[in-house]
Amino acid sequence: MQAFTTLTAIAAPLPEPDINTDMIIRVERVRDLKPEEMGRYAFENRRFRPDGSEAPDFVLNQQPYRAARIILGGPNFACGSSREAAVWALAGFGIRCVIAPSFGPIFANNCYQNGMLPVVLPEATVQALTAEVMASGGTAEVTVDLERCEVVAPSGARSGFSIDAPRRAALLQGLDELQMTLRREPEIGAYQARDRAARPWLYPTKETTP
Amino acid sequence: MGSTLFDKIWAAHVVSDLGDGYALLHVSRHLLHDGGGASLKQLAARGMAVRNPDLSFATIDHVIPTTPGRTRETSTPFTARITVLREYAAKAGIRLFDVGEPGQGIIHVIAPEQGISLPGSLIVCGDSHTCTHGGLGAIAFGIGATELLHVLATQTLVQRKPKRMRVRFEGERGPGVTAKDMVLHLIGHVRAAGGVGYAVEYAGAAVRALSVEERLTLCNLSIELGAKIGLIAPDETTYEYLHGRRYAPAGAEWDAALAYWRGLPTDDDAVFDREVVIDMAAVAPQITWGTNPEQVAAVDQRVPDPAAEPDLVKRQAMLDALDYMGLVPGTALTETPVDWVFIGSCTNSRLSDLQAAAAVARGRRVAPGVTAWVVPGSEAVKRAAEAEGLDRVFRDAGFEWREPGCSMCLAMNGETVPRGQRSVSTSNRNFVGRQGPGARTHLASPAMAAAAAVTGHIADVRSL
Ligand code: SF4
Repeated sequence: MQAFTTLTAIAAPLPEPDINTDMIIRVERVRDLKPEEMGRYAFENRRFRPDGSEAPDFVLNQQPYRAARIILGGPNFACGSSREAAVWALAGFGIRCVIAPSFGPIFANNCYQNGMLPVVLPEATVQALTAEVMASGGTAEVTVDLERCEVVAPSGARSGFSIDAPRRAALLQGLDELQMTLRREPEIGAYQARDRAARPWLYPTKETTP
Repeated sequence: MGSTLFDKIWAAHVVSDLGDGYALLHVSRHLLHDGGGASLKQLAARGMAVRNPDLSFATIDHVIPTTPGRTRETSTPFTARITVLREYAAKAGIRLFDVGEPGQGIIHVIAPEQGISLPGSLIVCGDSHTCTHGGLGAIAFGIGATELLHVLATQTLVQRKPKRMRVRFEGERGPGVTAKDMVLHLIGHVRAAGGVGYAVEYAGAAVRALSVEERLTLCNLSIELGAKIGLIAPDETTYEYLHGRRYAPAGAEWDAALAYWRGLPTDDDAVFDREVVIDMAAVAPQITWGTNPEQVAAVDQRVPDPAAEPDLVKRQAMLDALDYMGLVPGTALTETPVDWVFIGSCTNSRLSDLQAAAAVARGRRVAPGVTAWVVPGSEAVKRAAEAEGLDRVFRDAGFEWREPGCSMCLAMNGETVPRGQRSVSTSNRNFVGRQGPGARTHLASPAMAAAAAVTGHIADVRSL
């Protein structure tokens, strides 16, 4: 997994609440494409009109936001479907970090699996950041520092954010969760032996009533 | 201080405490749908084996056609996905319920129905509506593709413990009010982000009075509340439902399980991080008017006016939704003509759902210009419905009676509502383009969907 340490980049404001993962990547693309092919279909419904031409009023079609690597999102960002393709599509577009008041819970977990950082900040802070970025026409960059757990606004204002220690450590070092868990095989074996003895009815899994 | 249902189940599945609220959790049941074939293949390509193939169960639901008369051999543009699942499930030794056999169907319909999902267990699936299984008293939640690989390889998952929220539905249901209406009303009340960060326990007299199928419907929309976990304490209703099911414990193991399950309900002195009380007297049959399940109203209301919304961002969201949906503020919702009706999905495609819809359809006709589909949730549901003659009721009324699968709920199999057309659907998401690019979706209960089909417009089932 790609490590995340600090990032200074253009940040695209997308303050709508409840943006869902169906909107971030359409189901046909999830079905038909490989993860690395999904970037050009991120927000397809919003970036392109039914005839395939670009929708000029959508923020990610505008300069300088086409080069955004950060999204300033609204509450409940990427709610809905569990499709990890939402993260792959954003990553394919160039996004490494989303700052929002809250996230769809499965999306947040999927971010951590792909070196993408979901930063939760209070709604007022995200709004202030958005206002500052927009006042500069988008050219003022935002810094996200995972070492210090801070977002630095263009004005220099710093907002601390909290992130769970295990997630932070894994992101900073680019650790793969599966590799770390495989080292715990003895604990898993011991758990199963214990649980099987205590709750044997949870382990039959063959038909009991054909 | 006592423990909640959620805390008890969580504690029973901790393999290792990882600190900071994180745990490595054991997975009791891993459910795979037809998207899972790619993951199995990927695992094999990495040279890894499925750790506990007997704890995984698979079926085919998302990409399969639901065309009447389809068979295992029916070829579609997406057959390759199914072939991969068949091949790799067989190699790994995972039980796959294939087309035409009892056990095939929407993953969230079949696992409860087959007795695979059990109270006190921890269930995951690469699908956000895994919360459905919480209706049996389990911790059940959706995971992403990378987490799925982790489960296949280790039978565990790294998760942070969420906060606990309890929603109590107090009082009695009014006429025409279903579990679907209860949860849509709740989402309208606490909004689509109201459950973010929580595992939600549904409780109260009106929940106790629900059948297991209704409880599954209620828990199904937890993710639309922003919570990936929703659950209901098991009780006699649950045990009666499970007893004798195909994979449920039997004999002495049933007795042992029952004794264990009886200790699961939340203790009287347990404390929740958030409590919400819903008065059932305030819950009427619901219909969504927007592109997010929180944009919902009682069916006898009017299309809301964005001008009355003080929050500018929310107002814009309403304007966009009404524009997409082609609705005019102030119009009675029941004046809205419909083109399509879809009765199906993991929310509302169980036998009792089809019975409720059939009760409305019986002796009536689908209105001219309306295409109405009934897609049973599983092969077992289909057979049970046919044994009762429900297929005849629907066919006689002009509905199409189809084969089990996800179908138009997300249109992944190519079954779509055409652009610009309006559908009343018993599914769970009214998102932009969910039922096909440009499709306009109104979510409602099965009886309300059937009422729309026979009247040709959004209709109040109480007035039929
Ligand atoms: S019926 Fe719809 S919501 Fe349910 S699993 Fe299938 S696609 Fe997902």
